[in-house]
Amino acid sequence: MRIWVPLDSAAKALGADAVAEALAREAKARGMDVQIIRNGSRGMVWLEPLVEVDVGEGRVGYGPVTPADVPALLDGRMNSLGPVEDLDWMRRQTRLTFARCGVIDPLDLDDYAALGGLVGLRRAIGLDSAAIVAEVTASGLRGRGGAGFPTGIKWKTVAEARADQKYIVCNADEGDSGTFADRMIMEGDPFTLIEGMAIAGLGVGATRGYVYMRSEYPVAIEVLERAVVIARQRGMLGADVLGSGRAFDMQVRVGAGAYVCGEETSLLNSLEGKRGTVRAKPPLPALEGFLGKPTVVNNVISLATIPVIFERGAQHYADFGLGRSRGTVTLQIAGNVRRGGLFETAFGMSLGEVVNDIGGGTLSGRPVKAVQVGGPLGAYMPVSKFDTAMGYEDFDAAGGLIGHAGLVVFDDSADMLQMARFAMEFCAIESCGKCTPCRIGAVRGVETIDRIAAGDPNAAALLSDLCETMKDGSLCALGGFTPYPVMSALTQFPDDFATLKEAAE
Amino acid sequence: MQSTAPAPLPEEIRDVIAPLTGLEGPLLPMLHAIQEVWGHVPQAAVPVLADVLNLGRAEVHGVISFYHDFRDHPTGRHVLKICRAEACQSVGGTAVAQETLARLGVDWHGTTADGAVTVEPVYCLGLCACGPAAMIDGRVLGRVDAARLAAELEAAS
Repeated sequence: MRIWVPLDSAAKALGADAVAEALAREAKARGMDVQIIRNGSRGMVWLEPLVEVDVGEGRVGYGPVTPADVPALLDGRMNSLGPVEDLDWMRRQTRLTFARCGVIDPLDLDDYAALGGLVGLRRAIGLDSAAIVAEVTASGLRGRGGAGFPTGIKWKTVAEARADQKYIVCNADEGDSGTFADRMIMEGDPFTLIEGMAIAGLGVGATRGYVYMRSEYPVAIEVLERAVVIARQRGMLGADVLGSGRAFDMQVRVGAGAYVCGEETSLLNSLEGKRGTVRAKPPLPALEGFLGKPTVVNNVISLATIPVIFERGAQHYADFGLGRSRGTVTLQIAGNVRRGGLFETAFGMSLGEVVNDIGGGTLSGRPVKAVQVGGPLGAYMPVSKFDTAMGYEDFDAAGGLIGHAGLVVFDDSADMLQMARFAMEFCAIESCGKCTPCRIGAVRGVETIDRIAAGDPNAAALLSDLCETMKDGSLCALGGFTPYPVMSALTQFPDDFATLKEAAE
Repeated sequence: MQSTAPAPLPEEIRDVIAPLTGLEGPLLPMLHAIQEVWGHVPQAAVPVLADVLNLGRAEVHGVISFYHDFRDHPTGRHVLKICRAEACQSVGGTAVAQETLARLGVDWHGTTADGAVTVEPVYCLGLCACGPAAMIDGRVLGRVDAARLAAELEAAS
């Protein structure tokens, strides 16, 4: 009998370790032959810990499971959810990047290879640099970290740069609230990221790679570090990648709690051992990146999507999507929501469908008030904009940004003035200090919002003006995009900013 | 608490960082290694790092002070991190934090009088679909309330 209990952080946070221990203890006491596999998460966080059991007829799910449920579960008396693959949440998805996440033992390279792993890398080994870059370009893949820059163009720039050393740097500093896709894939299917980085290395002529991972992800750090060691032992990394005669190796580096290091130039400084301040561009990191050498800086999901593009072909990937947003988007549905988790689907679903249909509305049962899309620097979308399609251009047109595709749902108890204030406060705490609009502007922003709250009739105009300055004058997205949540709160939810003013009048 | 422990000797610090000198961009890994051993980055490490890496002391200090993770003083026996970010706020995280801080009688970054617990804010643990989230000594906790945090701290000590 095989039993899967996720090792994913969200499952652990909801008690998965205690369930796994109880299962091992109870099975031993009964003399049962049980193999417990710690898998990644399927992404149905509301069902975690989601335990899957295979008695020879496919994997049946149980969840959420507590240690007290274990005897009944082993007796076969616990009510099951049915075959996991048949659950509505799973059937409605197009799982390309996350195809193996939650299915395999994340550290079993044979499991990985049995489900399509390494096919892409082997194919890439047979291609020259230009063909690898052309494949990525043809897939239409755009940077999943938030900026949405075409990945193929970035790779082309690095591939054509001449240097004695080039680098692949994976941005795993997933600091945005409401996002956890990077964490999930690194915990649940780390070899797909390693494979993607190796393909990137072959594509642009880089032999060294780094994953810059945030320190807030201890489980992901442990799993990925172990996976890198295994990949090296098995010849997937090293001086002779899968017998190709070409070298690529990589290391995991841990950040130190600075949000701004998710910005690529700040990340590079941090990786070099400096303060994580933002660099002015140009020069582009593609030409002068890590240690001044040409560097591909890609998000985890961008790199983890590369293997499936090479496995199935660029066209297969590009056939999904909407307009210039090709392929799949890994939606992370979070906050005050009934069914939260990760949902991978082609671009194009409407925001309202994601929140109400997939997510099931709010957890509290109260009406939805706002959804913050794209992390702390993303706009608060009111219900009136729920017909916006999940796509880069569509969100841009609606005054928002899709970012890393995290959605944080708020019910009607949310105070949008407080959320706007928090956005400014967060920017003030996390500003790297290099440019004035961000460093000073965020502090003044908090003060100005406090003036609005105190009923100052002139403060709202001042806040708008300040936001314009931050938007136009900041070096990076921290100062430049903090106006998105602030201004969207102010313009879309004016009542929350008006109460005290009216009371004062 | 470790505040009474003697400051580490330069040789001890050198021993900890020596295996990392071959890395590209070694300073952050070195600071993590030092903090792993002593629970904070002791002042005595600054001149050693400056010497080993051929940097100015001010540069080393500048890096240490830039990052939230690096501390120049020891923490309590346990570190409780409570998420303050938006997803946790949407499910009552702010109230959980306020209640917990009040019960422990500390503010953010503070350590309880008995040296048992230091409370730090954290901006996202990636547990946004099961908030409010917290972490005690690296162990993640989801859907917490103030009573649960109190019980977990009790069990940890």
